[in-house]
Amino acid sequence: MHHGEPQEPEIERPSLEVDIACVGFGPAMGGFLTTLARKLVNEDGSNVVESSAMPGMPPQVICYERADDLGFGVSGVVTRARGIRQSFPDLNAADIPMATAVTNEKVLYLLDPVGASRRSAALRIADKLIKNFKFLSKTELNAVELPYTPEFLNKHDGLLLSIGQFNQWVGSQLLGSGSVQIWPGMPVDKALIKGHDVVGVRLVDQGVDKTGNPDASFMAGMDIKAALTVVADGPVGPVGRQLDDHFGMPHDHHVRDWAIGMKAVVDLPAHVNLEPGTVFHTFGYPEPEIFGFMYVHPDRVATIGIFVPSWFDSPVRTSYRYLQHFMMHPYFWRYLEGGTLRSWGAKSLQESGKRGEPFLAGNGYARIGEGSGSTNVLTGSGVDEAWTTGTLLAEGVIDLLKDKLPFTRENLNKAYVDRRRQSWVEREGRIAEHARDGFQHGVVSGLIGMGLAGLTNGAIALRAEPAPPHARIQSPEKYFAGKLTHPEIERIREQCLADNANFHDALMDRCGWPAIPYDGKLLVTHQDALLVGGKVQAPAGYADHVVFVQPEICKQCGSRTCVSICSGQAITEGEDGTPKFDREKCVHCGACLWNCSQEIARNKTNIEFRAGAGGLHSAEN
Amino acid sequence: MKPFQIVVCGGIVPDPLQTLEPISSPTGPALKNELMLPAVLDPWAGHALYEAANLAKKIPGSKVYLVALGPKAKLQQVMMTVGQKAPFELVAIDGPGGGFTDAHETAAALAAAILAIPGYDKSSLLLFGGWESATRGAGATLQIVGEMLGVTDQFQGVDRITVRDDGSFDVLERVESGHHQVATCAGAPAVLGWATGDLGEPRNDPQVGMANMRAIMPALQKAKPVKVGADGLSYLKVELPKQQRQTRIEKDMNADQIAAEIFEWISK
Repeated sequence: MHHGEPQEPEIERPSLEVDIACVGFGPAMGGFLTTLARKLVNEDGSNVVESSAMPGMPPQVICYERADDLGFGVSGVVTRARGIRQSFPDLNAADIPMATAVTNEKVLYLLDPVGASRRSAALRIADKLIKNFKFLSKTELNAVELPYTPEFLNKHDGLLLSIGQFNQWVGSQLLGSGSVQIWPGMPVDKALIKGHDVVGVRLVDQGVDKTGNPDASFMAGMDIKAALTVVADGPVGPVGRQLDDHFGMPHDHHVRDWAIGMKAVVDLPAHVNLEPGTVFHTFGYPEPEIFGFMYVHPDRVATIGIFVPSWFDSPVRTSYRYLQHFMMHPYFWRYLEGGTLRSWGAKSLQESGKRGEPFLAGNGYARIGEGSGSTNVLTGSGVDEAWTTGTLLAEGVIDLLKDKLPFTRENLNKAYVDRRRQSWVEREGRIAEHARDGFQHGVVSGLIGMGLAGLTNGAIALRAEPAPPHARIQSPEKYFAGKLTHPEIERIREQCLADNANFHDALMDRCGWPAIPYDGKLLVTHQDALLVGGKVQAPAGYADHVVFVQPEICKQCGSRTCVSICSGQAITEGEDGTPKFDREKCVHCGACLWNCSQEIARNKTNIEFRAGAGGLHSAEN
Repeated sequence: MKPFQIVVCGGIVPDPLQTLEPISSPTGPALKNELMLPAVLDPWAGHALYEAANLAKKIPGSKVYLVALGPKAKLQQVMMTVGQKAPFELVAIDGPGGGFTDAHETAAALAAAILAIPGYDKSSLLLFGGWESATRGAGATLQIVGEMLGVTDQFQGVDRITVRDDGSFDVLERVESGHHQVATCAGAPAVLGWATGDLGEPRNDPQVGMANMRAIMPALQKAKPVKVGADGLSYLKVELPKQQRQTRIEKDMNADQIAAEIFEWISK
């Protein structure tokens, strides 16, 4: 779809009054609602406070979730689960499918077994030394197991979770409590803002065409009026970003560091006996900038995936293909060969952490979770932090409700933000604040910076001001300078256009990446992966949520990073030079949002990622 | 016109977008990781529910009940989606969700729950459900429920119902060879097993959801546990539709050759 700002015609909209409107159901909202639901009711079953929206009733707390069910299309993690365990002191991992305690953890440096990885001179020297000192490494597997896991990375007392299954487990208990309502399949279009106050949210219009124009079954999105709006729609959520735009960001705060996390859930072959709870963290391959992991769940199931960061300057960010090369690395292939792909998914990660923290509260609203800058970018931990921010807000909200105080910025700052400033999330977030700055100058300086920050509790870090992603993306001509000539790149580009072939794949081929030997079980085409496990659903009657604002600018773009990064191949080359968007393939990872190289206004690129329905129907990622 | 009591029988099934793999479990046939799979309302029952809501809207005073048998936690999850689609009152029965249950026992549990609906009035009953089922049941449950309730006017493969002012109605039923037949029924009570109907899936309506919610959660809390097909059943043979998906890369075949091979594969 190609069009600019949506029209806002005068439409009479239905409205509903509630006490607390919540946006997005992920770990942060799980923490918020779990804590709140328990405290809304006295031990004798009576209500702690009465609803203002519906006098005589308990407070009406409604959560709207975009995905078609709770826990769809989210990711899996290894987490220390400190905040989660505080909420569930008797937590038994066996109660949650795919969950298990961490039993052992390894950090691996992966060498390049195919010779296509683009490594700096420093890394090439390091690789050579490693290969010469064979006793240091499992050279036959092209990997070095680090002798110890740095304490700041350690999750030895933690849990392996499928966040999809965890969210379903939490959601089931919340719904059973009857204290809160969670409505899936209901995207929130935007916050309702009056002056300096957030007064609720507007749900998306239904019964519209691709461009948002009403059709015969039009149903205007309802206005949900609420005294408090809790925003937890994650790093690419439209409501959180709208608040960032409207209220601005605190001084020196910005969200410029991102990553796409892509992973596969695999049934391991029968001969593999990896202990459940085994965790591998990797760096070095398939590109030095790409980090990876493998987690072993119970019942011979593993999760394997990669993170492709925004500071990876290549315009060729074909995460799916990189994931396959990663799986085929000899260190992991000995476990995976003969396995079966069970499901697959992708998600954007906000990697600015504390530096990306917005105003946490204002009149009528509060921010929690990843979109509130809670992710710890040093420890690589986000779920437990997000959960904890939710619990902290709930405690503050209960205090305000009991004291019959309004949800003003001042009151929320005292009740919630002050609590958060005193918490371990804040303390550890500050240590991590500049831990990744070194990656702005390269992998080696990034690793050194992380090590310094981790070992000195943040006292020393290689500080740098991150550049916005669009300022870092290079054209293929620049990125491959010295390896491919301009005429050669142009010839590949033209050939791909003529053959309707993927330009980025062709560049990877030309750089020496071998073809993937598809086996139809684990190594399947990108399009086949969309049909494995949960599959993608795009219900009719909703507008396209990915919009190319000024199509003529797309025609000038040489990098086409939006096409290469798209996790579901939902964005493809268009015949007129503007990319095409196919909602039926979109997994809502949001990577296109931060992978457009064309800036059309200050901090605004040419792609809009709006509220949209549907997505991946996988609950085991 | 006398309003109808429209009772829709609908089970829950694993989301059809999932990869389903049959296995043998200690308690009989099952699907791999079934507890982890998200569930949806049986799509056939879904058609019946939307038709019921549409009919109730046209005939003032009519009321829709959804009688659902399944694991309480899964029912709860499914109702958060279904509850936004159409107004209904839930009658929940807490039982197994595997689907490999004896149709007679399932029907007995459903019939008992229907008879226990406050104000149950057989003379105004329209018993709706799916003509087919994705629950892996034998496909006979709705018919047996009707028989247990003493309802003898039964229609299967229904695509449309047109009600007259006197309460009688015409039923458009699917018959062999892709044809329809029109039957006329004098009025309630009747059993209608729906095919696809001709209504699209309703939009998610937050107001409908809020209104339903007030009764859904109490209904779930009151859900009576039943043992359906748990004892005394042995399975001689179970067959599930197998997911047939084969990926192969062919670079030198033309479209005609590919078409011929696909035709041969389908014909097997």
